[in-house]
Amino acid sequence: MDPVTIELLLNIASGIAFTVGGVFLLIGAFGLVRLPDVWSRLHAAGVVDTVGAELILVGMMFQAGFSQTTLKLALIGLFLFVTSPTATHAVANAAFVAGIRPVRLRRNESGEVIGESSHKEFQP
Amino acid sequence: MAMLLAITAALFVAVLLVLIRLFAGPTLYDRVLAVNTFGTLTVLLLSALGFVTERPDFLDIAMLYALINFVSTIAILKFFRYRALGRATASGEDV
Amino acid sequence: MTKAVGLLIALFALWLGLSGYFKPFLLTLGVLSCLFTVYLARRMNLLDDEAVPLQLRPGLLLYWSWLGGEVFKSAWAVSKVILAREMPISQQLIAVPCSQKTEMGHVIFANSITLTPGTVTVETVPGKFLVHALTDEAANLEGFADMGRRVTEVEAR
Repeated sequence: MDPVTIELLLNIASGIAFTVGGVFLLIGAFGLVRLPDVWSRLHAAGVVDTVGAELILVGMMFQAGFSQTTLKLALIGLFLFVTSPTATHAVANAAFVAGIRPVRLRRNESGEVIGESSHKEFQP
Repeated sequence: MAMLLAITAALFVAVLLVLIRLFAGPTLYDRVLAVNTFGTLTVLLLSALGFVTERPDFLDIAMLYALINFVSTIAILKFFRYRALGRATASGEDV
Repeated sequence: MTKAVGLLIALFALWLGLSGYFKPFLLTLGVLSCLFTVYLARRMNLLDDEAVPLQLRPGLLLYWSWLGGEVFKSAWAVSKVILAREMPISQQLIAVPCSQKTEMGHVIFANSITLTPGTVTVETVPGKFLVHALTDEAANLEGFADMGRRVTEVEAR
């Protein structure tokens, strides 16, 4: 393939990644405002942090071509991929320990996991 | 270039939505979650601005921001759980 | 020793990728700083399975690509919930058994659950996770069992 075709294909690929990533980003940010409580908002933030962020980074990688910039973007993507679940888990666990429970909880098996007390004891 | 400007605009809109949640609260954990998402969006915004202004150095700043954002989220949560970031013991070691 | 060499190679690759300089003087400085970091890590007893996870199978990359597809599917499901007029959420806290043998396997499994939108790991105790799910479809125990099997395949050598 000649360079012009490759550039066109890269542009199309990054356009698709930007569109899908941007849509997920906006939906996630909208969900962060719309959903009723902190537990459901965790999932909206998850949409922004995973699909939205990674797809936009992939789109930028297509724009950059094969260079050092791509490597740096890939590093940022890998870092977000590893840390965003940890941060989400930290927020969820802190809210759980603080005694905040989801509204209209359909099924609750937390007693099964952490024993009789619904409040775990902490030794700082 | 038009695509990058469009994605920058989308990022600004998303940041505004997240800021609404940051100010509305109501609990601390909503705010921490909003700050964490805000940080992720800032990382993306910095990279996008680096492309728009054609200054790849912005990517280094974005990477640093991603690192600091993660550590600060964990630090805030730890502080509000234990009311301390570390505890000095008799032997001088940090816990 | 293997761990030290692995960490050295990883650090130097990171240094090269981030600096982009190939002058001999700067390369020497880079190698020296990487060696110093490895020395410090050794002194701090950081060269274990957690800091240098060389024990993981290369199938981890395959697992990540599978996980990417799962993340996309569940992000789509969560987006539909957010955009629906009535927001059909039925929140639940469910117990998910985990059968991984190593700590690294538990970490990968719990992080995979959290990474998938719609499910968040809230608490871990030996042998079990407490998982918060947004909808009934997300709280699918067979899906978790399938993910757990895949993690068990990559966890150890």
